[in-house]
Amino acid sequence: MKKKLALLTMMAAAVSMSAFAVQADELTTIGYAQVGHESDWRTANTQNYQDVFSEENGYELSFVDCDNDNAAQLEAVRTFINQELDYIVIAPIQSAGWDTVLQEAQDAGIPVIIADREIEADASLYDAWVGTNTTNEGITAGNWLAEYLDGAEANILVIEGSVGASAALGRTAGFNQVAEEHEEWKILDSQSGDFTQDGGQAVMESFIKSYEGQFNVVVCQNDNEAYGAMDAMDAAGITYGVDGDVILISYDATHDGLQYTLDGKINCNVECNPIQAETVKGVIEKMAAGEEYEETTLVEDQAFVAPGIESEYAVTMTQEILDGRAY
Amino acid sequence: MNSLKKLTKKQLFLPIFSMILVMLINVIYDIACGQAPLSFFTITIKNGVLYGRLIDILNRGSEAAILSIGMTLVVSSSAGTDISVGSVMSLYGGMCCMLLAGYGNVNVSEYAVPLIVGIGAGLLVTCVCGLFNGFLVAYLNIQPMVATLILWSAGRAIGLLLCNSQIVYVRVPSFQHIGSYIGFMPTPIIVAAICIVVATLVLRMTALGTYIQSVGINKKASRIAGFNSAKIILMCYVICGLCAGLAGMVATSRIYSADTNNIGLNMELDAILAVALGGNSLGGGKFNLAGSIIGAYTIQAIDTTLLALGVSTAQSPVFKAIVVILIVVIQSQPAKDFFKKLTSKKNAVKEAAQA
Repeated sequence: MKKKLALLTMMAAAVSMSAFAVQADELTTIGYAQVGHESDWRTANTQNYQDVFSEENGYELSFVDCDNDNAAQLEAVRTFINQELDYIVIAPIQSAGWDTVLQEAQDAGIPVIIADREIEADASLYDAWVGTNTTNEGITAGNWLAEYLDGAEANILVIEGSVGASAALGRTAGFNQVAEEHEEWKILDSQSGDFTQDGGQAVMESFIKSYEGQFNVVVCQNDNEAYGAMDAMDAAGITYGVDGDVILISYDATHDGLQYTLDGKINCNVECNPIQAETVKGVIEKMAAGEEYEETTLVEDQAFVAPGIESEYAVTMTQEILDGRAY
Repeated sequence: MNSLKKLTKKQLFLPIFSMILVMLINVIYDIACGQAPLSFFTITIKNGVLYGRLIDILNRGSEAAILSIGMTLVVSSSAGTDISVGSVMSLYGGMCCMLLAGYGNVNVSEYAVPLIVGIGAGLLVTCVCGLFNGFLVAYLNIQPMVATLILWSAGRAIGLLLCNSQIVYVRVPSFQHIGSYIGFMPTPIIVAAICIVVATLVLRMTALGTYIQSVGINKKASRIAGFNSAKIILMCYVICGLCAGLAGMVATSRIYSADTNNIGLNMELDAILAVALGGNSLGGGKFNLAGSIIGAYTIQAIDTTLLALGVSTAQSPVFKAIVVILIVVIQSQPAKDFFKKLTSKKNAVKEAAQA
C-alpha cells in the first residue's frame, strides 16, 4: 500500500513537472524587481511593463513591488534566480551594493537588464542597461531656465528627491552644471523632500520662512513634490507659474503634472519617460535570437512648457498632447 | 531659589526643558546670521492664516502627538510598544480614499460616498486593527512587539491592495480642509488639540488612568484586586488603533491622497520616541501623558530646526541622533543623581559658610 502511494505521488510529481516544463517552453519568464509605487510615474512604468510583457506577447512576468526597500529588492532578485527565470529586469532602488547578487545571477547564467536608474557596479556584471539619463534632464531644465530668464537674476530653491537616488543625483548634477555657467544665478538652498508630496510641502513651508521674498525660482525634482510645494505657496499667498512671482520647474511630467503645466501653474515640466518596457523587450528579443544588442539604450526625454511660453528645449503644452498621452 | 528648586523637581520639567533647549538652537543661529533673534518664535497672520515656525511645529507635529496618546496607554498597560501604528495610518488612507473615490478610480473631484462614510469606515478599520492587536496581546499573551509586527507589515500592504497599488487622489475641498486650514487655524492643530483634551478629560474624570497604571505595574495583582486586566489592555490597544486612524486622517487629508507607500512611514518610531522623551518608562506602569505629547512636539521641533538651519538632508539624521542622545542622557537617572549631588554640595558649602 505504502509503495503504491509513493509511486503514485512520484507519478503525480512527474506529471506536474512536465506540465510545468511545457508551460515554461511556451512563455519566456521575466522577473521585474520594481522600485515601488511611490509616484504616478512609477505606477505608469509598472502598468507599461505589465502591458508589454503579457501572456499574449509570449511572456510570463513575475512582478515584485519592492516598496522602496533595498533589502526586499535584493531578496526579490535572489528569488528570481532561485526560480531560474529566463531574464531578470531590475529598476534599482539604490545605486550601490549590487555586486554580490549580480554575480549570483551571472553564475546562474541568467541575463540581467538594469532598467530606469543607474547602478555603481562593474558593467561586466550585467548584460544591458535601458533607461533615462537623469543628468540630461537636469541640463534640459537648466537650459530652459536660462532661455526663459534671458540673463535676469535667479534665486533658486531646490527640493531634491530621495537622498542617494540616482534620479536625484543626476537631476541635481545636471542642473548645477548649467547653474555654474550663470553668475547671475544663486542656489539659495537645497533640501530633500523624499519624492513625496508631504515631503515637498514640509520643505517648502520651511523655505518660505527662511527665504521670504528672496527667491524667484523653485525646482522640484518630481511632480509629487511640486504638488506639495504648490500647496505650501498657496497657503502663504505666494503666486507661482506663468502669471506668478515664482517660476516653478518640475520633473516627471505625469498626467496630473502636465495638467498643472497646461493650467500654467508649472512653468516647465521635464519628462523622464516611463514607457521603457518596449525598449527592454527589444533588447530581450535580440538576446534570445543571439543577435548583437545595444549594451546601453537611452530612452528619449522631453520637456513641456506652459502655454504662452515658446522654447527651443521644450514643447509648448496643449490639450491634445495631454489627451494623447498613454499615462 | 526655593521656587526654582520646586520647579525642577516637577516631572514635566525635563521634557519641557529639552524642548526649549532645541528651540534655543534657532535663536543662536538667527543671532549668528544677523537676523532678528526671536524670528523663530514670531507668529503672524499671513494670507489669512497663522504663519510661523512655531505653527509649523504644532501643525506638522499633530500626527506624532495624536499617536503618542495611544502609544502612552499601550506602553503603560502592556509594557510593550505597538509598532503597527504607522502602517495602520496608511491603511486608514487606503480605506478612506478607496471609498471616497470608488474602487479603481485614481483621481476624482467628487465623492462616491459621503465624506462621513469614508472617514467612519477608515476609523472603524483602524479600531479593528487595534482590537486585533489587543486580542493577541491581552488574551493570547503574545509579546506586544511580535503581535503588532503582523499589522506592521500587513497594514500597509492591505492599504495598497485597497488602492490597487496606486496613489488615489480625492480632490474635494471639504476633504482637503481636514489637512489644511479651517479659517485661520491649521486643522491638524485643532484635531490634535481635541484628541489631547478628550484623552486628558477621560483619564482625569474617570478612574481609567489608575486602572491602566495598576495593570501595567502588576497585572496579576490588579486582577486579584478585581480589575479585568485583559479587558483594560485590549481597550488600550483599541484606543491606540483609533489614534492611529485619526493621525492617518490628518496625514491623508494633508496630501488629499492615499499615498499608502509613504503615509505614516516610520511614524511608530517617532511615537515610541515621544513616549520615551516624555520621561515615561517603556517598562510600563506609571505614565505621564503630557510628557509624551511634549515629546512628540520636541521631535517635530528638531525636524523643523534642522530644516530651518539648512542642514543637508544627508546629514540631518546624524544631528537628530545627537540631539536625541543628549535629551535622553539629561533625563537618565545617573544624570539626575549627578545634578542632585552637585546642588547639594553647593548647598552644603553655602550652609558651612553661613555657620
